[in-house]
Parts: sequence; C-alpha cells; structure tokens
Amino acid sequence: MRKKRRLTGAVLFGACLLVWLPLILMTAGAWMPEDELYWRYLSPLGLGRDTVRAALIPSYPSWEAMKELLIGSPGFFVMFWNSCIQVIPMAAGQFLVAAPAAWAFAKFRFPAKKQLFGIYVLLMVLPFQVTQVSNYLVLDRLGILNTHLSLILPGIWSTLPVFIMTRSFEAIPDPLVEAAYLDGAGQWYTFVHVGLPLGYPGIATALMFSFVDSWNALEQPLTYLKDKNLWPIALYLPDIARDKASVAFAAALVTCLLPALVYVNCQEELEQGVAASGVKQ
Amino acid sequence: MSQRQNKLARFRRAAAPWLFLAPSLAGVGVFMGFPFLDAFRRSFQDAMGTRFVGVNNYQAVLGNLAFRLAAMNTARFLAVCLPLLLTLSLALAIFLGWRAEAFEKMVSHKEGDRGNIRLMRTTMVLPMAIPGASMVLIWKIFLCPEGVLNQMLSGVTGRVWDTDWAFSRHAFPVLVVTYLWKHTGYDMILWLAGLSGIPGEMYEAARIDGAGTFQELRYITFPQLKGTFGLVGILSLVNSFRVYREAYLLAGAYPDSSIYLIPHLFAHWFLNLDVQKMTAAAVMMTAVFLMPVLAAKLIPGRSGR
Repeated sequence: MRKKRRLTGAVLFGACLLVWLPLILMTAGAWMPEDELYWRYLSPLGLGRDTVRAALIPSYPSWEAMKELLIGSPGFFVMFWNSCIQVIPMAAGQFLVAAPAAWAFAKFRFPAKKQLFGIYVLLMVLPFQVTQVSNYLVLDRLGILNTHLSLILPGIWSTLPVFIMTRSFEAIPDPLVEAAYLDGAGQWYTFVHVGLPLGYPGIATALMFSFVDSWNALEQPLTYLKDKNLWPIALYLPDIARDKASVAFAAALVTCLLPALVYVNCQEELEQGVAASGVKQ
Repeated sequence: MSQRQNKLARFRRAAAPWLFLAPSLAGVGVFMGFPFLDAFRRSFQDAMGTRFVGVNNYQAVLGNLAFRLAAMNTARFLAVCLPLLLTLSLALAIFLGWRAEAFEKMVSHKEGDRGNIRLMRTTMVLPMAIPGASMVLIWKIFLCPEGVLNQMLSGVTGRVWDTDWAFSRHAFPVLVVTYLWKHTGYDMILWLAGLSGIPGEMYEAARIDGAGTFQELRYITFPQLKGTFGLVGILSLVNSFRVYREAYLLAGAYPDSSIYLIPHLFAHWFLNLDVQKMTAAAVMMTAVFLMPVLAAKLIPGRSGR
C-alpha cells in the first residue's frame, strides 16, 4: 500500500515537473539583466550561436528588463491593450448570444433541434481555414476589415460556447425547471433565475476557453488585420523579441500572466463545467 | 375565449425556443452559414465567380502536390496525436484513480483537501492557458542546436549532438510533444471527472464476483467512460488544428516539409488569392469532418426528451 502511494506520488511529481520546469525557466529569464541573458540564451534569442546555459534562477536578479518592457516600450502596451479590446467584448457578446441559445437546445423540444445542433457541432469542429475566404469577403462587405470588430464579431458567434453551455444546462434536472414554471415563472425568468445560476460552471468554462483561445489567436489577426498597430499581443510577441531581445522573456511572462491567472482562479469551474455534464450521460 | 387563450399559450410555448435561439442563429448565419454556402458555390466556379466549371477546382486541388503533402501531414499528425493524447491522459487518470483514497482527493471539492492535490490540479490546467507565443522561447532553449536537449543527449551518449530540432525532419515529433504538453493535463482532469461518475457499487459487485483488475477495466470502466470519450475526443479534435500556432511560431511560414500542414497551405493560397483552391479544399475538409461529428453522437435529446 505504502509502496503504491509512493509510486503515485512520484508519477504526479514527475508530471508536475514537466509543466513547471519550462515556466520557471521563463520566469527566471524575465528577471535577468541584459548581459546575463545574452551570455545564457544567445542562440534561443536568435542573436548568435553559443552554448545555452539554462538556469532556473538568475545569477544577478534585476528588474531592468521588466522596467524596460512596462515603461520603456509603448508598443508592448498598445498591443496588450489591443488584446484586451478584442477579447473582452467578444467574451461578453458570447455570453449574451450563446447562453440563451444553449438554454433552448438543452431545455426545449422543437422541430429540427437535432439537425440544428448537429450543424452547430460541425461548425465548432471545422478549422478556421474552411471559412477563411468567405468570411473575409463578408467582413469586407461589412466594411470592418482591418478593425478590431473583424475579430470581435465573428468570435461572438463561435459555436463552441453554445456546445459547452448546452451540456451544462442539460445537467440541470428537469423537475427543477418545471417547478419554476408551475410557480408561475415565465420562460425568460426561469432561464435567468434557474438556468444561469445552475449552469454557471459551464458558462464560465465556455467563456474561459474563448478568452484564452482568442488571447492566443494568430490565424484570425494574421488574416483580417493588415495594420500592425491593431495586432494582439500574441502576434506581436515574436516581433518585440526580435527588436529588443533583452525584454523577450519579460514580455513572454507578462503575456501569459492574464490567461494563466484566469485559469488558476477558475479551475474548479473548468473541471465541473465540461465534466459534470459529461458524467451525466 | 378560453380556447383562444389556449391557442395563444401553445403558440408562445412553441415560439419560446426560437426566441432564445434567434440572436445566435442570426449571427451564425451571417458569419458561418452564409460564408460556408458561399464557399460551396465558389468551389464550382472559375476565378471570376461567373462561370460554372464543374469539378475542375477539385481536380486542381487533388492534383496539387502541396495539397497532398499538407493533407498527408495533417492526417498523420491527427492519427499520431489524438490516440496518443487520449490514451496517455486516460492512463494517467486511471493510474491516479487506482487507489480509492487518492482518487477521492483528486475528484472531490471538499474543504480541507490537501494543499498539494490542489496545486497539482492547478498545474494540470495551466499549460492550456499559456500562449504558444510565450512558450516558443522556452522550446528554443531546449531545441536549438546548442540547446539543452542536445547537451543532455551528448552527456548520455558521449558523442556530440548538434541537431536543430525545430527545423529538421525531427520537427514532427517536436510538434507532437508540444501538443501533448499543452493538452494532456486538462484531458486527464476530464477523464477523472468521468471516472468519478462511475458508481462505486459496480466495482464492489464485480469484486464480489471475483473480477480481476483488467476485467474491471474492460467491463466497467471503459463502457462507463463512453460519454467522456466522445467529449474529450471532440474537444481534442477542435484543438488539434490550433497546433498551427506552435508550428508557425517555432518554424515560421515555411517549415520543414514534415510539418507543412493544411493551415500553412491555406495561408499561402490566401496570400496568392487562390480562392478556387481554398474553397474546393474547404468543402472537402468539411466532408471529412462530418464523419467524427456524426460518430460522436453528441447531439442532445437522445434520451427522448
């Protein structure tokens, strides 16, 4: 028994190490002064060829790079803000559009429901590239190419959130919903006061998925945004690393901070939101 | 009068789901449905969009060497990654779920959970949140010719390694590893949740009947995990095409031919405004993707509700 426990512990520890090591490397790099950074990471930074001397702790910790990034690089700030402008309204829009649709799929019977949901699932699975051209033409006709809206609007109607929320709403017991109707609650009232609170983990999960996915997106901004000043941070990161190699690690760290914090704070929803409804099958 | 009210009530009940759906349907129609139908139409037309050319575009795509390469690579990537990801995460989950005690700690959300279990769950979901753009530098520390991986290999084998992992024919396994790094943890958590949904009495009953470990797996665990399997599978499929981000960031727009994927090809066609090829390929890809969607049977209302 004890042996088994030790084995489990070892496997767990090994798995965690695989995750943490790269992240610690990144963090350490963010707090190194320029000359130490160049001495250690000349090749990865693309500046020359020299043996990599990886370190989990900086030898001469300094906030030079952080300061340079946050105060001395207005470009970084603009791109960070671009990401926020593109991602947050999109997530809010998704909530307004996808939650009611998911409620309809989960708690109503209507003709062609199965087929319609099947189409939603198909659209969810299709890679971005399938509708790339036609979407481009639609956005062109709407006159919003090369604006933040060209990322926000199509993003709002992504069908992945509908799928995840539907599963979560389905896990709400029907008698509970019917009880609300019997008490005289209307359809909308029931949705807002029974559906939303009880389906909360699924809603949170869906929105977090979208948040992180769009924060990391490359394909859409590469296709729809010509103007580099509109680029989100994930796309701009390789550029800044090329221009100012000394802040590359600091920029990488700051970029992943927001999505990582969101995930860590909401991890219980992440587990329940998708999974709880999966169990119910 | 009352009949009329009845009718009105019935109408309202029938209309309700459509009202809930309307905002979503409208947008999906404009941004997904219409573009898709438009792509379908264009795939049968010439470059000007005026003349019907039958299946010429399709023939051009299928005869295109770049398309064949990209399609083969993408299929190979999916065929390697999806089974690997699913079995690895499931094996980890089952391994962790082995002991009832540890298992309860993993899946329960009770207060007083041991701190390290919580830390471990956090760790498992973290890689999904880290942008590929942030990770690229770290991957390069390991993978560049003077990097950590070569140093370790040199240390172990005693001869000098100077492989450029991201740009050689080894780029394919590198891409597979980055994909697994990103997704194994979260999939494992989904599997654990699925495992926790299996009633413990089933295992007790099996044990009384003298079932061994493998029989338990074969006759209880796997059949009970069917629902979770569909879910994890379809989410992994959705994620798999996003590996283009890692490939693009690591190796640029023109990577080693072993990781030249469909998205790379589309990016090039898009630059050349090769609308015919893109739409024809898009229609074919949709047909391919239709199969797993139909197979996964994730469509609700099966229970007859």
